[in-house]
Amino acid sequence: MPALLARAVPWLFVAAFLAFVAAFMLAPMVTVLVQAVWGDHGPTLAYVRQLGEYRYATAFANSLILSAAAAAVGVVGGGLLAYALLRPGAPGWLRSAMTSFSAVAANFAGVPLAFAFISTLGTLGLLTAQLKRLGIDIYGLGFSLYSLGGLTLTYAYFQVPLMLIIITPALRGLRAEWRDAAENLGATVWQYWWRVGLPVLWPSLLAAFVLLFGNAFSAYATPYALTAGNIQLVPTEISNVLSGNVMESPQLGAALAAGMIVVMTAVLLVYWLAARKAARWRR
Amino acid sequence: MAVVALQAIRKSFGGRPVLAGIDIALAQGELVSLLGPSGCGKTTLLRILAGFERPDAGTVRLDGRDITALAANRRNMGMVFQSYSLFPNLDATDNVRFGPRVRGVPRAEQSRRAEHLLELVGLGGHRHKFPHQLSGGQQQRVALARALAVQPDVLLLDEPLSALDAKVRAQLRSEIRRIQRETGVTTVFVTHDQEEALSISDRVAVMNEGRMLQVASPAAIYREPADAFVARFIGAGAVLSGRADGPAVRVGAVALPAAAAAGHPAGTAVELFLRPEHVRLDPAATPPSGALAAEIRELTFFGSLTRVRLALDGIADSEAWADVASDRADGFQPGLRVWASWDAAAPRVLARV
Ligand SMILES: Nc1ncnc2c1ncn2[C@@H]1O[C@H](COP(=O)(O)OP(=O)(O)O)[C@@H](O)[C@H]1O
Ligand SMILES: [Mg+2]
Repeated sequence: MPALLARAVPWLFVAAFLAFVAAFMLAPMVTVLVQAVWGDHGPTLAYVRQLGEYRYATAFANSLILSAAAAAVGVVGGGLLAYALLRPGAPGWLRSAMTSFSAVAANFAGVPLAFAFISTLGTLGLLTAQLKRLGIDIYGLGFSLYSLGGLTLTYAYFQVPLMLIIITPALRGLRAEWRDAAENLGATVWQYWWRVGLPVLWPSLLAAFVLLFGNAFSAYATPYALTAGNIQLVPTEISNVLSGNVMESPQLGAALAAGMIVVMTAVLLVYWLAARKAARWRR
Repeated sequence: MAVVALQAIRKSFGGRPVLAGIDIALAQGELVSLLGPSGCGKTTLLRILAGFERPDAGTVRLDGRDITALAANRRNMGMVFQSYSLFPNLDATDNVRFGPRVRGVPRAEQSRRAEHLLELVGLGGHRHKFPHQLSGGQQQRVALARALAVQPDVLLLDEPLSALDAKVRAQLRSEIRRIQRETGVTTVFVTHDQEEALSISDRVAVMNEGRMLQVASPAAIYREPADAFVARFIGAGAVLSGRADGPAVRVGAVALPAAAAAGHPAGTAVELFLRPEHVRLDPAATPPSGALAAEIRELTFFGSLTRVRLALDGIADSEAWADVASDRADGFQPGLRVWASWDAAAPRVLARV
């Protein structure tokens, strides 16, 4: 009997986990998808069509641009930071200090983060004022914390550390022998990165981009606290619709949420196809 | 003329000397092994040759030209690493083509070289496999082909077989030698395995603690070690400390026959080195002339040979070995009293330092 029990235990845990996923992910997803196409008088596409209205189309466009920009900034910034920290000459204490700091910073979001940025880079922020004293009027130059650019900058605060954390293992996986071998065979540093380093990292970079994209796409508290709804984003629109500030319409909220699900599914699909191709040599 | 020459090479890491003045030169087409215990500086020397490290002092020459300051990617040297050095994202062919490709060799020529070299290393049937689909031995074959594809002036191998199991190791070892002979490429082969070094090389360079102790043919290294470290490190045998006393080495009351001892002033501290193949054992009751009384302590069966460990009477804690043909070792067993003898010309005698 113990043998049977030993074999059953992993399944019990997996089953518990699957039940958890079904209850808190699949069920709400199905509810949302159904609600989006189910009006007071049966099936309807009215709510989905409403997504084409200027306000909601803008929200989707803004969310896509912001998430792609914040993911790109995170991937490039975090990637370069991780690379710099892993270089042979970099002091070990700096490496571990940055890793610990990143674990905190990557989870620092929402109202506190928005407040930190407003008090630094807001119209009356500390840095804004200092720069003004030096003759650099950043708001006069077109910068605004309450724009997509400002949001991207704010998101960078948690995206860069998150990237640092998730890409470090992949960078560590680049063996010194590959670099030495490439150099020995006559390659320049660029040729090494182009033909070996980046292709090997590519699947990890893609996965990191998707994770960072999703992280930015679903962020709600930070943009809400920062822009108070001045910039339409899908998560803040959903909140508006549901809390009844604009109108009471759970179906429209569901349609917006369904739109987010479709976007993330599409992103994951593109990722899956690209990763399959990029990781051909692993199988 | 020497193709490659290292002259008075010194290197320290963090103030700790790793190479303390190394000189060595290789002739065209020669295979020289760098042999020494782990940590003695072999890899560092090879990396200086390849251009990955700069020596603190000394000169690296290629065909007489000083290349000490030349970047690694401008030197025409092919290197094979211990393991896992193949580019994982490229198949066998593209790994081999990598060098010619980054050097701007025409495509057709890249392919021709890759095809020819993969054939040469016996992997004609695995051209399109990725590294992770190849065994350790096959990966090292591809690495060898990749290094040869740039038609290097010098081939550098850093313990290329040490991650492989014994059978593959022995097989690949002789194939490396065959390919090296066929291509005529001047080669430096780093190893800590003396059997490997002795079997593959034209010359063996024995290193210890950042110094070059002896550079000579495998037979000379084995028969005439220039130094007590070399004598201990290469092959098996007895090392007995005593004092020179005419054509013998005296240890306490026992005189060990050794013609070479006559070359040292009487009374000087020397070490006597005695190979197992030179020691004869005789279980007869009456001693053959010049034989020493001994007792068998241990027998190790090596197939055709059996190695016998002995304790010599009158010398505390002495250990000596004798190799006996296995079919003549039947009566031998631990505890058996025997007579041990050897030709006085056989032992090597070196001053004790
Ligand atoms: N980059 C380095 N930094 C510091 N110490 C090193 C470095 N490379 C090698 N060493 C040290 O130099 C010594 C010789 O190393 P190595 O040349 O790798 O020896 P071997 O290849 O004979 O085993 C070792 O003690 C090693 O720890
Ligand atoms: Mg080494």
